Order: sequence, then C-alpha cells, then structure tokens
Amino acid sequence: MHRIIRYSFADLIRSRWLYFYTGFYLLLTGALFFISADLSKVIVSLMNAILFIVPLVALLFGVMVQYNTREFTELLLAQPIPRKSIFLGQYLGIASALAISFLLGAGIPFILSGIFLSGEIWNFSILLISGVLLSYIFSALGYLLALINDNRIRGFGLAIVVWLLLAVIYDGLFLLGLAWFSDYPLEHVAIAASIFNPIDLARILILLKLDVSALMGYTGAVFNQFLGTASGMGLALTVLVIWAVFPVSLIRFISLRKDF
Amino acid sequence: MIQLHHLEKSFGRLEVLRGIDVAFDQPGITAVLGPNGSGKSTLLKSILGMVLPSAGQITFQGKPIDQQGAYRKDISYLPQIARFPENLRVAELIRMIESFRSQPSRSAELIRHFGLESVQQSQLGHLSGGTRQKVNLVLTLMYDTPVIILDEPTAGLDPVALVKLKELIIQARSEGKILLITTHIMSLVEELADRVVFLLEGRIYFDGKPETLKERVQEPNLEKAIASLLSGGHLTPISTTRPVQAKMNGKVIHATIKS
Repeated sequence: MHRIIRYSFADLIRSRWLYFYTGFYLLLTGALFFISADLSKVIVSLMNAILFIVPLVALLFGVMVQYNTREFTELLLAQPIPRKSIFLGQYLGIASALAISFLLGAGIPFILSGIFLSGEIWNFSILLISGVLLSYIFSALGYLLALINDNRIRGFGLAIVVWLLLAVIYDGLFLLGLAWFSDYPLEHVAIAASIFNPIDLARILILLKLDVSALMGYTGAVFNQFLGTASGMGLALTVLVIWAVFPVSLIRFISLRKDF
Repeated sequence: MIQLHHLEKSFGRLEVLRGIDVAFDQPGITAVLGPNGSGKSTLLKSILGMVLPSAGQITFQGKPIDQQGAYRKDISYLPQIARFPENLRVAELIRMIESFRSQPSRSAELIRHFGLESVQQSQLGHLSGGTRQKVNLVLTLMYDTPVIILDEPTAGLDPVALVKLKELIIQARSEGKILLITTHIMSLVEELADRVVFLLEGRIYFDGKPETLKERVQEPNLEKAIASLLSGGHLTPISTTRPVQAKMNGKVIHATIKS
C-alpha cells in the first residue's frame, strides 16, 4: 500500500491546484499578519477561514481525484495487489498531500512571525491539528461520494450539498431549533447534535483551547460548561478522529464490492 | 488454465453475461468478438476480478480466483482506455508498476521497440492518445506471463506501431502463451486468431476455429461471416448446462437444463 500512497502523493503534489491551495493559505495568513500583529487574533481569523475552506477543497479534491484516476485504477486492479490497498492508498495519498499543503501554507507565516517564541504555540498547534483532521475527514467523504456515484455531475453536486449542509445550513438549522424549543433544556441535545458535524467540532476544539468565550457560540459554551475545557477538548478530538476513520472503513467496504 | 463456469453478471436490471461456460486452456490467440455491449470487456474483467460475478465461478490454474489477487501475477492485462495520472512521468509510471511485481521486466526493450525513448521524462498528461496507448502496451507486455489479455489493443495506434504490436503478439504465441484479444478489426482476427469466441447479449454463440465459422455461414471472409451471424439465421447460443430454479406451490425447485 505504501507504494500506492507514494505515487498518488507524488502525482498530486505536482498538481497546479495544490500550488494554488498552498499559495492561498500563504497569502491569507500573511495578509492577516499584515493587518494585526496579535497572534491570537490571527489564529481566530484564520480559524474562521479554515473551517469553511478546508472542508470544501478537501471534498472537491477527493471527488476529482477519484474520478480522474478511474481508468488508472483499472490498471492497478489488474496487478497482483489486493483491492483495499489500491483504494486506501489512493485516499491516503490525496489526504496527506492536502494536509501537507495546508500545513505549509498556514504554518510558514507563523514560523516567520516567531510563533515558537510566543505563548501561542499550543493554540496554533490545535488550529493546525484541526485543519489536518478536517483535510482527512472531508477528502475521505469526497472520495467516498465519487466511489458510490458513477455519475460525475451527481458526485460533485453531492459534495457541494454536503459542504453547504455542514458548513453553512447546519448552524442556521441549529439556531432555529434552539429558538423553537427554548423552553426545554437543550444542553445534551446540543452536545449530541454537534457530534454529527465535524466542522462544528473543530470550531469547538479550537475555541475551547483559545478560551475565547465570546466566540464559542451555544455549543461551545455548553461543551465548556458541562465538560470543562479539558474533557470538552478530549471529546471533540476523539469524535473528530472517529469522523476521520469511519468514512475510510466505508471506502474499504465499498471498494471490495464494486465492479470496475 | 482459465475456466468459467455458468458465469452470470448483471448491473442492476441489465444482464450482461447470461451463463458463460468456456475454458481458455490451449496456447494460442483467442479473439473474443461481438458487437458493442455484448459483454466482451465484462468477461475479460471478471477473469481479473475487476468485475465481481453475480453467479458462477472462475478458476485460474485450478483454483477459484480470490480478492487478494496474487494470481494476477500470471496475467498481463491491457485496459481498453489508456489514462494515467497526469502529473507523473512515463518513466515513473513504469517504475511504479514494476514495483508491484517482483518479476523481471523488459520495459527498456519495449520502450525501444515502440520508440518511446524521447518521451520517458514527459508527463503523462502531455502525451497524445496514440503515445499513451504505446505506454499502455509497454506496461502490459513487459512481463513474461503465461496469460495475456488485450482489450482493444489497436485503439489509436499508427500503422507502424500496429505492425510492432502484431510482432509482439506473434512472438507471445510462439512462446506458448494464452492470449485473449478483443477487437473490432476483423482483418487482425483473420490474420492472427487461432480461435474465435463470439458473444452476443451475454451468451456465446460460436466457439471454434475462424475457418469453421466461415464454413458454417458460407462466407469467404470473417467480416462477412460475423455480419451474417448477426443478421440472424445461424443464431443459436451454445449452452451447455445451466442451473435454473422455479417456484411451484410455494416450493423452490432447482434443476439443471441440458441442451
């Protein structure tokens, strides 16, 4: 499997799109530093961008690479290697390329600004961990959508729908629900509901670490109040890791049963 | 070497293979023929385990094929569509495929044979369709395997490359290999094939020497013989035995039909 990961990675890191992606983070983070010298403010602003952009790009990359390598996958399937190595290897290649591209783009400006000498290093690490986890989670979801749907338009369409649902609509629906049922105790419902949205979890994770209560929102506050900072972060991180593993086991399940 | 027993495959409601019984045991070139959608590619892909049969069994060297795919080291397969990761270079791709098999490879010889020396460092996304097909052929033929499966090998090739491909095919036959080839070019079949398997709507309608086919429909050339097969008159599928089941008064009855 490591050979497939290596070549899938080698193919992707030469892709123009990935350079754009790294360049985008470099510019964005650089620009944020230009506007504000306060590291924690830069981290919060960057977080807001990451929570929107990482999932979208990872979903689209996952879908795109799966579709683009369909015919090549046939060639690999004819080799004496097990099926699951091919698909898991391809996925891990994409996800790792995206994660590294994100790490470089967001990391280099921080290193230049002297993050290692400041007290913000752990806050910054949590931001990077969240971005990397989101890259793995959403590229797996994208890869999975493309694997299930042979129709490319539908695959891309569904990827956009998933992104809209989790990154945009979810918060709105959540607030509506809270307002609607405001007479009831909703804390546990809120914790349960945020577990189903990795983007929300990542936000909670970062804000708990930064301890910015004004930005936590309802779910963040509930996590903080009921679980405390440490166990709240622990729960958020654990569920994020489950989110990263679950779609991968689905990729394995489907790839073993699919015709090519 | 390769045996297919009652092989069936449907994609949803579409039945692509409807009970295929065939063996590829003898060295030589077998042309798998049939109109578009007759199930040729599905048949070849199921031998490689890329298509999973709905019913029936495939054995390779006496053993049922498995998902781990170790048996595929004895098969070389040329896929119908040649598309590779666009940003990899030709040499890298060849090295990658070589890394999957610990068998000796003659890629350098084939690169010379097809005149690909100058494009070795080019990215695959920049190659023309015909050049990609040549790379595809190098990847397929670089191993010394007892079975070679070629799905539309002539697609996009220029006449020079076609001649070179024929040389390689003839050489493989002389080495006692089993070759399965699908193609729509009847002159190629006429020139090379020792055996013709004719598929239509997922069943085998003819299996034998090309001369026998021509005699049966009384046509002097293969192209006309196939056309004549398709226009009806001579069409009855060769079915050997076939398991069936039926419901009678609530009970399921299993039986085997012989024809």
